[in-house]
Amino acid sequence: MAYTEEELKKELETKEYEYGFYTDIESETFPVGLSEEIVIAISKKKEEPEWMTLWRLEAFKIWKEMEEPEWANVHYEKPDFQAISYYSAPKKADPNKTLDDVDPELLEMYKKLGISVDEQKKLQNVAVDIVMDSVSVATTFKKTLAEKGIIFCSISEAIKEHPELVKKYLGSVVPKTDNFYAALNSAVFSDGSFCYIPKGVRCPMELSTYFRINQAGTGQFERTLVIADEASYVSYLEGCTAPSRDENQLHAAVVELISLDDAEIKYSTVQNWFPGNKEGKGGVYNFVTKRALCEKNAKVSWTQVETGSAVTWKYPSCILKGDNSIGEFYSIAVTNNYQQADTGTKMIHLGKNTKSTIISKGISAGKSQNSYRGLVQVSSRAANARNFSQCDSLLMGNECGAHTFPYIEAKNKSAMIEHEATTSKIGEDQIFYCNQRGIDTEKAIALIVNGFSKEVLNKLPMEFAVEAQKLLEISLEGSVG
Amino acid sequence: MSLKDKLVSSFMAFENNVDVEHPVHEVRVDALKNFENKGFPSKKEEAWKYTSLKSLEKIDFSIFPKEKNTLEYKDVKEYFINEIDTYKIVFIDGIFSSYLSETTHDGVDICLMSSALSKPMYKQIIEVYFNKIASKDDSLTTLNTAFSKEGAYIYIPKNKMPKKPIEIIHFATGNEASLMLQPRNLVVVEENAEVQILERHQSLTSNEVLTNCVTEIFAADSAIVDYYKIQNDAENASLIDNTYVNQKNKSVVNVHTFSFGGKLTRNNLNFFQNGEYMDSVMKGVTILGAKQHVDHHTLVHHIEPNCESHQDYKGIFAENSTGVFNGKIIVDKIAQKTNAFQQNNNILISDKATINTKPQLEIFADDVKCSHGCTIGQLDEDAMFYLQSRGIPQKEARALLMYAFANNVLASVRIPELKIRINKLIANKLGVNLGFDI
Repeated sequence: MAYTEEELKKELETKEYEYGFYTDIESETFPVGLSEEIVIAISKKKEEPEWMTLWRLEAFKIWKEMEEPEWANVHYEKPDFQAISYYSAPKKADPNKTLDDVDPELLEMYKKLGISVDEQKKLQNVAVDIVMDSVSVATTFKKTLAEKGIIFCSISEAIKEHPELVKKYLGSVVPKTDNFYAALNSAVFSDGSFCYIPKGVRCPMELSTYFRINQAGTGQFERTLVIADEASYVSYLEGCTAPSRDENQLHAAVVELISLDDAEIKYSTVQNWFPGNKEGKGGVYNFVTKRALCEKNAKVSWTQVETGSAVTWKYPSCILKGDNSIGEFYSIAVTNNYQQADTGTKMIHLGKNTKSTIISKGISAGKSQNSYRGLVQVSSRAANARNFSQCDSLLMGNECGAHTFPYIEAKNKSAMIEHEATTSKIGEDQIFYCNQRGIDTEKAIALIVNGFSKEVLNKLPMEFAVEAQKLLEISLEGSVG
Repeated sequence: MSLKDKLVSSFMAFENNVDVEHPVHEVRVDALKNFENKGFPSKKEEAWKYTSLKSLEKIDFSIFPKEKNTLEYKDVKEYFINEIDTYKIVFIDGIFSSYLSETTHDGVDICLMSSALSKPMYKQIIEVYFNKIASKDDSLTTLNTAFSKEGAYIYIPKNKMPKKPIEIIHFATGNEASLMLQPRNLVVVEENAEVQILERHQSLTSNEVLTNCVTEIFAADSAIVDYYKIQNDAENASLIDNTYVNQKNKSVVNVHTFSFGGKLTRNNLNFFQNGEYMDSVMKGVTILGAKQHVDHHTLVHHIEPNCESHQDYKGIFAENSTGVFNGKIIVDKIAQKTNAFQQNNNILISDKATINTKPQLEIFADDVKCSHGCTIGQLDEDAMFYLQSRGIPQKEARALLMYAFANNVLASVRIPELKIRINKLIANKLGVNLGFDI
């Protein structure tokens, strides 16, 4: 081989974060720190009704009493919550403008990221609700969706336009008291997406939001609420990229999914926040609370591809409340360099004949630590509950770690639960086989990793799968040990 | 007064009965300090999430039995593996019974911890091994260390093997309304030596008994240790068993745990692999009913390369019983070529029974094969139908299937008489008589 592994390693170590550029847009940023005044100011800024302000203040009160959790298998410097600015909005944005009025600088940035709004509009049949630094900038396809009665807008808009829905469901799956970061998010969330699919409607396109952290020193507190009314269906995509920064940025989002009788929600995430450089400097802290509630015969499917963030702490969960409801969790978590991920799922079986499937693939390289933490709980009334869990870990190099913490609690005799986990490395003979057929080591690894992750990649919508596959390759380049 | 305060304040009385000049006493004092700081573990601690000691802490246990009690061999014969000849180390209410025991110093030392701690000839071994792998941090282990005085002491020198298996039995007579026992065992097996040990705790009445036992096992190069724990105690007996195993190159240590009885049983089984090419085997069968609670906590720490560990725990849970399994495998960065396997299968046969399991892997090396599997399910209906259609009544058919379920674990028991005994215990527990031995 003319191109040795050593050279490859060198080249990749010096390779900077691909999407690490910074677009200069004038932003309006609040002073740093968190207090009741700031919470009120955020609420005022968003022109929220009084009940919402009170809701936020209550959450803030709860948050003040709480302590930051330490049980996760991650180590990081605790963020100083008084050194963060809790609100930042691109100044030129105006929610009433159409796509043509959007700041050309912004559009340019999305183009760099490969998120051409126009293109997606035409070719991919995707409506994009772009969230850039906390405020929705452009919403497309609203009309097509409106014809079907589907509401797809920013959460601040929903608070103003559809208070009855927001009042009913906001905080119903992830209460303010749930955990430290959920409480913080409830108090200061700046924006996010809201989606409502009416009874019996099948959403004709994949709904998608692109998040992006931009302004230095601002935390991103997204709030997403998806409600699928009886017998409806929606597929929701969420993807992230973030520019390169030295300072740690905090991201504490809350996602609530409500799947009513016979409804189905498919929620896919590609997360590629800035993971820090190869010395482990910088990178995003990603502390996310995601939870879904399934009523009778409902189904929720979480699919996630996690390649970014310096520290990830995330457990998309399903509460299988209704009889015959189904929860699914498909995940690929890739960690490289000094990244740390503690991720998994919770499947809470409450109703009869509930089913859940967990497929988790962890890939660790460099000096990273990758943990799977999951809970399968079968209550005493959940007759005939069925669960299958599989978590596989792939280790590359001898300086990384893979951990599994699966909790299984069964209180019903008719429950069937299977759990299996394996840890292995890429076999030398597999590499040899590829080399022998003229495939270089780097490509061979990409091939094997791709095969390892196939089960999960297959669950992603088409356009996401392509992006995810690419991400996997980029994230793992140079980790051939 | 809480049990913790009672224990701490009774330490002075304990000091009157031991040699405070002995170097071990310093270890005791340090251990007591740790226990005083920590107290009993609460459910808030991750390792005790599913097991609460609250109800035990409320009981006013007497810590030192008032008088020396005796037992007739014929009354307790059934608790020994009486079909074969064994060495016996028997304690009645924590006090050694020379009448029921059969110890030896012929080539090997099978005797008492109290003599090992007092006689000068053992001083060196005690210095090298005592409290060397037992946790100095875990509250219950340090509680035992603080009160360590009596127990079994087994030393097998290089290339030796005792002629017969060793039985360690602790009887509680029930002469006290409630009794707390803290036996401390030390097993040292030198290079290329071999030993088979059976351990049993037996309460003879329904009075409350709490045993907090610590066993340290050292297996030197190429040593083989078979350790069988039979936990079939009376309804109000609780056991906290802390076992620490240190292994060197090419050694093999097998620990089998059979949990059928008792009120609350907690097994902390810790393996440290300080060498290469060794094998650690942990197997267990748990069959519970009523309100019984058994918690198996295992830890295998792979420190050096080229080692194996095998875990296989089977559980059957009926009525209101609760089973907990928490298996942890840690593979250090340099422990390449490790093969670690963990299997935990459970059958729930009652809606009020609970099983909590957490098979945990922490892996820092890349060239390893580690897997764990965990299932919770029921007996196969097709298999039941097959047996019933051939004239086997439902109860027996169920028992047969459960036997088959547990058989993997039984198959590796190397003392045939013990295997027969365990089979009988299982049949008793399931309330059937199959009329043949499996």
